Amino acid sequence: MSDQTLALEVRNITKRFPGVLANDRVNFKLRKGEIHALLGENGAGKSTLMNVIYGLYSPDEGEFFVDGKRAEIRNPHDAIHAGIGMVHQHFMLVPVFSVAENIILGSETIKGLSLDLRTARRRIRELSSEYGLDVDPRAIVEDLPVGIQQRVEIVKALYRNAKILVLDEPTAVLTPQEVEGLFRVMRQLTERGVSIIFITHKLKEVLAISDTITVMRRGQVVGSTTPAETDEQGLAEMMVGREVLLQVEKTPAQPKDVVLSVENLTVQDEREVAVVRDVSFEVRSGEILGIAGVQGNGQTELVEVLTGLRNAAFGRVALNGAIVPFEKPRFLTEAGLSHIPEDRQKHGLVLSYSIADNMVLNTYYQSPFAHRGQRNFQAVAANANELVEQFDVRTPNPMVPASNLSGGNQQKVIVARELSRPVKLLVANQPTRGLDVGSIEYIHKQIIKERDGGAAVLLISAELDEIKSLADRIAVMYHGEIVSIVDADTISKSELGLLMAGSQREAMTR
Amino acid sequence: MQSTYSSIPTWKYFLRRYGLLAGFGLFVLALILFFYSRDADITVAVLSASVRHSTPLILGALCGLMNERAGVIDIGIEGQMLMAAFMGYMVNVWTGNLYIAILGGVLTGAVMGLFHAFMSVTLKLDQIIGGTVINILALGLTGYFYQVGLTTEGKFNPIPLGPLAELPLIGPVFFDNPPITYAAIVLVFVVQFVLFRTRWGLRTRAVGEHPRAADTVGINVYFMRYANVILGGAIAGLAGAFLTLEAVGSFERNMTNGRGFIALAVMLFGKYTPLGAWGAALFFGFTTAMQTQLQFAGINIPHQFIGMIPYLTTILVLAGFVGRTRVPAADGVPYEKE
Repeated sequence: MSDQTLALEVRNITKRFPGVLANDRVNFKLRKGEIHALLGENGAGKSTLMNVIYGLYSPDEGEFFVDGKRAEIRNPHDAIHAGIGMVHQHFMLVPVFSVAENIILGSETIKGLSLDLRTARRRIRELSSEYGLDVDPRAIVEDLPVGIQQRVEIVKALYRNAKILVLDEPTAVLTPQEVEGLFRVMRQLTERGVSIIFITHKLKEVLAISDTITVMRRGQVVGSTTPAETDEQGLAEMMVGREVLLQVEKTPAQPKDVVLSVENLTVQDEREVAVVRDVSFEVRSGEILGIAGVQGNGQTELVEVLTGLRNAAFGRVALNGAIVPFEKPRFLTEAGLSHIPEDRQKHGLVLSYSIADNMVLNTYYQSPFAHRGQRNFQAVAANANELVEQFDVRTPNPMVPASNLSGGNQQKVIVARELSRPVKLLVANQPTRGLDVGSIEYIHKQIIKERDGGAAVLLISAELDEIKSLADRIAVMYHGEIVSIVDADTISKSELGLLMAGSQREAMTR
Repeated sequence: MQSTYSSIPTWKYFLRRYGLLAGFGLFVLALILFFYSRDADITVAVLSASVRHSTPLILGALCGLMNERAGVIDIGIEGQMLMAAFMGYMVNVWTGNLYIAILGGVLTGAVMGLFHAFMSVTLKLDQIIGGTVINILALGLTGYFYQVGLTTEGKFNPIPLGPLAELPLIGPVFFDNPPITYAAIVLVFVVQFVLFRTRWGLRTRAVGEHPRAADTVGINVYFMRYANVILGGAIAGLAGAFLTLEAVGSFERNMTNGRGFIALAVMLFGKYTPLGAWGAALFFGFTTAMQTQLQFAGINIPHQFIGMIPYLTTILVLAGFVGRTRVPAADGVPYEKE
């Protein structure tokens, strides 16, 4: 029965949550020393399966085999004991503790009564140099960038002698450079006999790093393949269960009148440092202007000024040719501005409100949703039912709180709210961050539809592919300045990458 | 690649971190020595009164610390103390043995802690409401069952610690005290050590900062919270026992008189560390001692105003200094396993 080449095998795992069959008789085999990608849309059951393997959820049915032997995994303690380590999507690190304290937590070394941090630090340094995972054991975790925090998580698993490492969407929080670093680490780990389960919904990464790919859909494993046997298109179809357009279909833009014009805009942050410097551009009706740039180069602040959330320091911003009070969000909304914010949970939704209320968050006071200061709940509900249908929001009903939805569906609620009004200017900031291919395709189509309907679209994205395929013109931001505005059809991805890095020479020296 | 952190010389690091504190300590020491040289008797009287007044405050603060470091807000210290004061007193009445009476008080505090843990960890009740329930319950129960006219074998007397008690100034202040006061001082160092140097402390703080992280490395969040809240309750029980068995020798209605709340202020002022809280408790003890001294001095201010001093200081301290305190991140948030 048992196979010695397998590090881990799970058989017939079934896990039910109230109303949902999250894992339906899932079988999964991890060979020793391989990187096994687990691919699937949001809510396909990947994370549930991993939480079952790590003992955080107890499955309703199913068996585990570690190294060919049957294992009981009822809690994280059992999993750690069986040599399974997990790096969670949201890091499980105590921010105020040092790196060493975080790593030893739960498996402390003791000298007499007190903690033996000295020995722990020595072992952490040994692990660091052995696996090329550079961490300073004395540093406080909250002072570290996310990429390093992730390294701490990996060292934490290795410190517990993990032979099987589960990485739950590890690239979601990383910059492209950090992703490269992570991939190097992953290869090094497998060379030393660690087996890795890599969860993601990014097709390119899967093809780049994995040895085997298993695809999940709606709680079931739909198949296994290898990068040699498939391509992005094939994976996307396995994931979604139908044909998916990875490349957006669009006709050439037909720009008309200028809708938004920005002249010499300078914006300061809380410390009165200029984060947007002397920026000028126009967006015309019927075109998409993409703003490309590595995150943190002033895009957030620029968008905040344009959507009325931050005051500009200097400069002129005009909407439809008129200087308007850009400090009044309600005025902007009524003038036809739609905003898909960067952080959907913080700025896009009131998570504890129902989907229906979230869908009228900026129009609740208008007819038909209110009459003489009194809300009209029937109109709100009717609106919600219609939008849920039209924008394909997957929810049991529109009265459940927005917090119950998956990320993709939350984003659809925002898109539904913002695009169900007449749109003159659409500001979409990272509209597809963290979403799966199915939802990305849908949202891209909606944005193109608004453009073709005559809206001016400002699209901010750190994803080169998204900018390239969606935008008609691309403005590249670097250190708060627009370094160049180029035609999307004529520029190559590598040229764009260089511009985003500030120019070739600067990119080398940094 | 070494970080800059470890390249700072240790002494510089300590100077930067503790320099202000050390300077303030030296200033206070100089002040004490100055007054000691002027009038030794009164200085010793005020300082030993400060230590005695600080005892219930530091014990209450230690209770709060253990709760909140583990992620449970405890505003029921007042009630835990009051209940323990009453039970300690009753056990003294029944058995006539002061040490068994202490045990009674401590156990009562622990049971109150268990009750608080049950409400906040298992039932996931709002912890402010839970604490208020404890305060009201304690006030009601002790008020109802208290009978006037009971007699006891008295209270603890100071036990001088041999030659240490003969030392000038610090001898009578620190080494000539009754047992619970000694216990309080020892507990300050014990809790400090446990919280910051032991496995138990690391786990307790992890549970108070990021319970899910603790859970994923196999730490039982519920157990850690229960244990700390119960142990904290026992320490609050000791504070209650101090009032009836060491300070007064009998019970009065609502005799805690807000000390449980001042203990919370002490905990905050001490930035959630036992040593810090001890400093804060001595400071509050000092204001109380000064209040008595001022009344003796016959200054022409109505005594009600002088009686306000400790409470006014609480308000000033909380408004002025506590803004920079860092509260454990998961304080007051019930933990739910998924």
